[in-house]
Amino acid sequence: MQKIYPNAEAALEGLLFDGMTIAAGGFGLCGIPERLIDAIQASGVKDLTIASNNAGIDNEGLGKLLRTRQVKKMISSYVGENKEFERQFLAKELEVEFCPQGTLAERMRAGGAGIPGFYTKTGVGTQVAEGKEVKQFDGEDYILERGIRADLSIVKGWKADESGNLLFRKTARNFNLPAATCGKTCIAEVEEIVPVGSLDPDCIHLPSIYVNRLILGAPYDKKIEFRTVREREAA
Amino acid sequence: MATVTETKGWTRNEMAARAAKELRDGFYVNLGIGIPTLVANHVPAGMTVTLQSENGMLGIGPFPYDDGVDPDLINAGKQTISQLPQTSYFDSAQSFAMIRGGHIDLAVLGGMEVSEKGDLANWMVPGKMIKGMGGAMDLVAGVKKIIVVMEHVSKDGSPKFIPECTLPLTGRNVIDMIITDLAVFQRPDHSSPFKLIELAPGVTREEVRQKTTAHYAE
Repeated sequence: MQKIYPNAEAALEGLLFDGMTIAAGGFGLCGIPERLIDAIQASGVKDLTIASNNAGIDNEGLGKLLRTRQVKKMISSYVGENKEFERQFLAKELEVEFCPQGTLAERMRAGGAGIPGFYTKTGVGTQVAEGKEVKQFDGEDYILERGIRADLSIVKGWKADESGNLLFRKTARNFNLPAATCGKTCIAEVEEIVPVGSLDPDCIHLPSIYVNRLILGAPYDKKIEFRTVREREAA
Repeated sequence: MATVTETKGWTRNEMAARAAKELRDGFYVNLGIGIPTLVANHVPAGMTVTLQSENGMLGIGPFPYDDGVDPDLINAGKQTISQLPQTSYFDSAQSFAMIRGGHIDLAVLGGMEVSEKGDLANWMVPGKMIKGMGGAMDLVAGVKKIIVVMEHVSKDGSPKFIPECTLPLTGRNVIDMIITDLAVFQRPDHSSPFKLIELAPGVTREEVRQKTTAHYAE
């Protein structure tokens, strides 16, 4: 069973269709599956529903798919810093389901874990609760949220072994892990692919069972949204 | 004629310093974007406070030096940061499990409006661009103690601590303490009213009363 594909276009072969749901990893521009987003843009697939914490920024990340009008609906917790998004949203060309960040992560985790719904205190008494079942546990209100099952997951890892075991790096793990588990098919792009046996089995972040297809995406030109530094103290 | 410089109320930095007085040794703390981020600069010497970043990190270090910037290492405000020897990284589901599960001791957040019943509104203004709630709804639902740090009145002078929020809520009956540039309000539990417990330098009870429409104890 060969999971490694030569590039993003090849890895997406046979998986894309109009109106599909895609779960994407990343937080802001940190840990986003850049190669797969580019290939999805090039494919021209449209009417996408995308579950992703953010929607990229203008012409970066998922912002690229917004620019080409390939997205019908976003399920996100925060969509600031994106003018094209704002324009489409205000013109009602783009549907947005705002989902609290933790609820979105848990919806992906639950979907991947075979849990169709769960009760959470997050959003009780707010707009988020509208139309959702409310149930009391131990005298407190909770709302029912649905797990997300996507047609496809696209994630970005740091290192993979040839079997698809994955490691992430620092805060680039974020939504990549829960997103990877909730798709019928998951494609991971990574910076390095190493032979099996090279990674410590005790330290795998995402076991290979969740990764169906794998590509080497390097070299990456990782973008920084807000570069903040401090002055070096005088010696 | 000499001009008298008015030193009334707290600056943004002083509000953050006041919030830092609520830190305790061993606390795990989540700081929101804006004034709350400044709280990190006021952790008392000798006290261990671990900062959580909801994008998947415990143990936030200071901003990096210019040659230490790492695109894979950012905080929830998407600013580059650094790690500490005790830092751990995890995914977003794990991050919010610790938030929702009541494992975080304290969160300091910004606010647009707080009601006298402890409701918070801080995520959207209808009719304007909505950016989204991010992790704020999860934080107010799950963290043990919630402090809101905000200006006492909005730019047009209207009170922000009010009887009922007019903006869409982030959470209902979730706030424990309010720190403004003029005063501090606190309540011991979620069924008690807020009480004015502290005035900023040069601020009178009358002024606070005049700029607050919420009911509170004195």
